[in-house]
Amino acid sequence: MSPTLSALLYLAASVAFIMSLRGLSSPETARAGNFWGIAGMAIAIVTTLVQPNMHVSFWMLLAMAIGGGAGLFIAARIEMTALPQLVAAFHSLVGLAAVLVAVAAFYSPTSFGIGIPGAIKLGSLIEMGLGTAIGAITFSGSIVAFAKLQGLRSPALEPMPMQHPINAALGATCVVLLVWFCLTGDELALWLLIAATLVMGWFLIIPIGGADMPVVVSMLNSYSGWAACGIGFTLQNTALIVTGALVGSSGAILSYVMCRGMNRSIFNVILGGFGTDAGAGAAAGGAKKEQRPVKAGSAEDAAFIMKNAASVIIVPGYGMAVAQAQHALREMADLLKKEGATVRYAIHPVAGRMPGHMNVLLAEANVPYDEVLELDEINRDFAQTDVAFVIGANDVTNPAAKTDPKSPIYGMPILDVEKAKTVLFVKRSMASGYAGVDNELFFRDNTMMLFGDAKKVCEEIVKSVGGGGH
Amino acid sequence: MASTEITQSAAQLATDAAALAGKAQALAEHAARAQQAASGGDEMLAMFLTVFVLAVFVGYYVVWRVTPALHSPLMAVTNAISSVIIVGALLAAGASAVGFSQAMGFLAIVLASVNIVGGFAVTQRMLSKFKKKQK
Repeated sequence: MSPTLSALLYLAASVAFIMSLRGLSSPETARAGNFWGIAGMAIAIVTTLVQPNMHVSFWMLLAMAIGGGAGLFIAARIEMTALPQLVAAFHSLVGLAAVLVAVAAFYSPTSFGIGIPGAIKLGSLIEMGLGTAIGAITFSGSIVAFAKLQGLRSPALEPMPMQHPINAALGATCVVLLVWFCLTGDELALWLLIAATLVMGWFLIIPIGGADMPVVVSMLNSYSGWAACGIGFTLQNTALIVTGALVGSSGAILSYVMCRGMNRSIFNVILGGFGTDAGAGAAAGGAKKEQRPVKAGSAEDAAFIMKNAASVIIVPGYGMAVAQAQHALREMADLLKKEGATVRYAIHPVAGRMPGHMNVLLAEANVPYDEVLELDEINRDFAQTDVAFVIGANDVTNPAAKTDPKSPIYGMPILDVEKAKTVLFVKRSMASGYAGVDNELFFRDNTMMLFGDAKKVCEEIVKSVGGGGH
Repeated sequence: MASTEITQSAAQLATDAAALAGKAQALAEHAARAQQAASGGDEMLAMFLTVFVLAVFVGYYVVWRVTPALHSPLMAVTNAISSVIIVGALLAAGASAVGFSQAMGFLAIVLASVNIVGGFAVTQRMLSKFKKKQK
């Protein structure tokens, strides 16, 4: 196959990948988008396999089959609530693959056309070094993110004292090693660089709290793209460069969207923001809370209120995912619709543990996607709504974000559930949310707390609405 | 006796000189080729940088158009397509003569394949659940 033809085929693959992302602009075209992606990948792989200097062996096909089989098995078995962990784990694989390819290129530069062993071109060394460093950070960082999302606990996941100064020193070391490697092409420098960046990735994610994981996962998504890009430059392959750039910017945009949803800068999130003093805040809040009366209701009370409501907006949060309440919730919504109410869902940008997580969980429970609305689309409607049903969410409804400049969540865009005639809060206890701040709403006259497991509460409401109506 | 020795060593010298000239010629050619490759490399780098920057812009505009409801599938699918790094893995395993590089390549093929198939499959699973209201 001539180099020109290969270049054209790699171009075709790049275009297919762009089409695949474009498809995701609407749920109607999204499935076609996924097929574009698969087509692009098939073109890229086949084009590589028929290169003139390529010796396709049985073992390569076997390696693909083993990996593909494992991937298929995992994808088919995974629970939708565990998606964030899965994506984090997948990112780590891309990172490691980037490191391995860079190492392979380093020891066999002639077969990649980048020089001879010991005398690789400077440009290639820079690309290789960057690809390796970003790949290694993606790999170890994603492993930590995975462990945190999976809820694993280990001393290796706890932030150390002086974590930030240590990270700064380590970061400087990585830069020095990178420069050393680029200037000399030294073998030892490469391995030290890999080791240092592996530790760097690990330390970078450790101080970041669990609820900030949406940002971390998006960020690692972005890194995996840039790593692929670096390798693409080394291999002088446009498909890799284009794809890496697409993925890199996609992850960066998602990180930005998540940060905006919390009114925080990316630096604030990476430096561990309010994850560190949340414990103190929650403890102080706990003492205060006991003295203030809240109105607690039973599932029957909630059923009565909602049966008489003409409009209900459901606000799901991570708590709903933890309790696996989405199916019971949809059942409840169906019953209310039968009683004549309009039921819609309001999704905050940072609800859940990855961008768009709630939408997938609701879709899994057969909630039609046109009933699920984003913050900007639905926020104005709370004032004309009879019942706001908040399930497993807290901070994203807290009016302190608008009124209290001292609050850590001040300035964060919130869902205006307070404007609804009645607010029903499904919560396990009075504990405060991730940010460690009290929610003023709990103590309002038009709020009723429904204490209990989100799934059980929904099931009981279903029973009451169904039983009382006939 | 002495004269034959002299002629012999003169002949030897002549062949040596010829060989040396040939070597010099080869060296000059090699240098010229290296020179060409180096300058070509710079041009290539500029071209690839162009591709890269334009692709970042394309990515920026395309991704902003993705509806927030589909941000999870977006992540899964970008994860799958970033595994196009398998191209590098295949080259390492199939086009390299160094055993160590081949081994690295094989391992990378397995990892990237997990991602490719797993990423597309899980995206498909997610997307298959997004349905419109039945009327």
